[in-house]
Amino acid sequence: MNFSVVGTQFFPLLINGLALGFIYVLISVGYTMVYGVLRLINFANSEIFMLGTFATVIVTRNVFHFTIDTPTSHGGKLILILLCCLLASMAVSAIAAVFVEIIAYRRLRAKGANRLGSLISAIGTSIVLSEAVRLMTHSLPVSDPRVLAKFNLFTIHGVGLRIDQLLVIVFGAACFVAVDRFVTKTRVGKAIRAVSMSEENSKLMGINLNRVISITFLVGGLVTGAAAFMYETVYETTVFDVGFNMGIAAFTAAVLGGIGNLRGAFYGGIALGLAEEFFSAILGTQWKAITVFTVLVLVLLVRPNGLFGEAVQQSRV
Amino acid sequence: MINLRDKGAEIWEGWNKPTRTAFAAIVIFLAFLIPFAGTFPLTSFFNTPLVSFQAILVYPVGMYILMALGLNIVVGKSGLLDLGYVAFFAIGAYTAAIFGTKTSLNIWEILPLGMGFAMLAGVLLGLPTLRLRGDYLAIVTMGFGEIVRIAVLNTPADGGPNGIPGVPNPPALFGQSFDLLNQSHFFWLVLVMILAVVWMVRRLSVRRPGRAWEAIRQDEDVALLMGVPILRYKIWSFSIGAAVGGAAGVIFASQQMFVAPQTFTFNVSVLILSCVVFGGMGNIWGVILGATILAYIPERIRQIANARQLLFGLALIIMMNLRPEGLLPRKKREHLSAQERADLKATRAALKASKKSNSGKASK
Repeated sequence: MNFSVVGTQFFPLLINGLALGFIYVLISVGYTMVYGVLRLINFANSEIFMLGTFATVIVTRNVFHFTIDTPTSHGGKLILILLCCLLASMAVSAIAAVFVEIIAYRRLRAKGANRLGSLISAIGTSIVLSEAVRLMTHSLPVSDPRVLAKFNLFTIHGVGLRIDQLLVIVFGAACFVAVDRFVTKTRVGKAIRAVSMSEENSKLMGINLNRVISITFLVGGLVTGAAAFMYETVYETTVFDVGFNMGIAAFTAAVLGGIGNLRGAFYGGIALGLAEEFFSAILGTQWKAITVFTVLVLVLLVRPNGLFGEAVQQSRV
Repeated sequence: MINLRDKGAEIWEGWNKPTRTAFAAIVIFLAFLIPFAGTFPLTSFFNTPLVSFQAILVYPVGMYILMALGLNIVVGKSGLLDLGYVAFFAIGAYTAAIFGTKTSLNIWEILPLGMGFAMLAGVLLGLPTLRLRGDYLAIVTMGFGEIVRIAVLNTPADGGPNGIPGVPNPPALFGQSFDLLNQSHFFWLVLVMILAVVWMVRRLSVRRPGRAWEAIRQDEDVALLMGVPILRYKIWSFSIGAAVGGAAGVIFASQQMFVAPQTFTFNVSVLILSCVVFGGMGNIWGVILGATILAYIPERIRQIANARQLLFGLALIIMMNLRPEGLLPRKKREHLSAQERADLKATRAALKASKKSNSGKASK
């Protein structure tokens, strides 16, 4: 126990927590959107994230021929590389997500299988994806060469705000706002919300269920891909089971906010990111996972539907 | 798709008591002979390359069946999604390891202790969390599983990441010693435990708790309105499932003679859940079949060591796509008399015929 660290390290912890929190926000959007329409925990989402991180690494290493020794880039080239990585990561994750839906969910849904059946086929897909990558990378972690020089933009009270963290916070917020606008304002978003309220009735209203579900997975995949890119920018390494811990944390964040509720995912992700950073500073990093789950259990005991509840139909995905 | 489970139940119900007893006795006898299947010429195909067949029968096959049966009470019977079942297994195993190395108790004395601790953990976890709805329960139990593992990993008193070596084997029983060279004795022990659990589950399902679980699984609100004390029976289901997991853990620790936190990962919980759903939720024969297949196949194909998990994943996807309800789905209609079943059959045939003639008209 070391409470003094909160006083002395408040700002660095806050910034780290926010950066981590925004990555969680984007991954938990993937979970919460799928949960909204299908009422299912998409177990393969962690592998969708993992594929996104590998897409980023492959683009930096093999397309732009970066190695560990290559100096960081700047100016127009930097933006070009980052943009290419982002697009590749989003594209790969989105394709993987749609693919997962077709393989693991669609047929089972058509057969009217129970929810646990779909859960197992999603677990199967998740195992296949992570094992395939494990075989290809020989179980070794892959480092992502540094493209963006990590300097402090400015300092407050002797605490620096690193550019990559700022990028994550700003870009994460932008992505979330974009998804939120998409779901609340557009016609397709309306269809997604309709399906999440009642599958039967939305079918009667002429909504093409399979198409809406595919789009939900697509959007979830795109956002998860963006999260994967941000993760690589900050942490610069990936491994075949990188998605596991991130996935569990992001899912916890989604539940914390009230799963199925898009804005709940936002608050849940930020809260979880901050909680992880502060608790691991106080208790030591080895207890990080426990504190997260303890917070979750305590929150659920007081508010069984998550902090913001899933009954908020308006903000529901 | 043919429902093998219903077919089997039909044949079973057609038999009289002596036939049933004889059949059960033969099946149990054959099950006790399984350890010799690895060397018997006709069945030597089942022998596992690279690993001892008899050891495989104990762990993973026997242990998985035991755990899947325990989890089936929670997931299959009462419909509570538990993603942290491995925690109870771990509690049992660590009870065996700590009491076995630090005290003079032997494994037979520790067995009820391990079950008791697992049950206690089940009640403690269940009391606050079983009020939650399905998916929240899933995540909280998953969290509990991880909490147990990480707590063990970070506590130096129980060996931390190094685990506890030198867990004693159980003392000899009926002149049969349990040790590394006599794995088949362990298998027989596990088999007896499996039979006991099967017997317990079968008895419970036709009595008050079983009916309460079935009602809770089908519709919690309706069950509550009908006066079923939901929370009490949920906790019962949770703690009975936990006790089975704890018992499996005790035997596992004493058979492996070593426990370490890396054995008790989230993946094990997922695997056990897969066994239950793959075999057919809520049906003990399906669960046993599912657990046998999912535990045994990866060991049988160990020579392609690297790709076996990949194949395992593929098998899960393909199987669930072909038979979403599992290999042997649960019985759909409980307690129908022979007359009622005949009526149902006739109605269904009539319905089919009328449908056919209807579609015939439509195409014209």
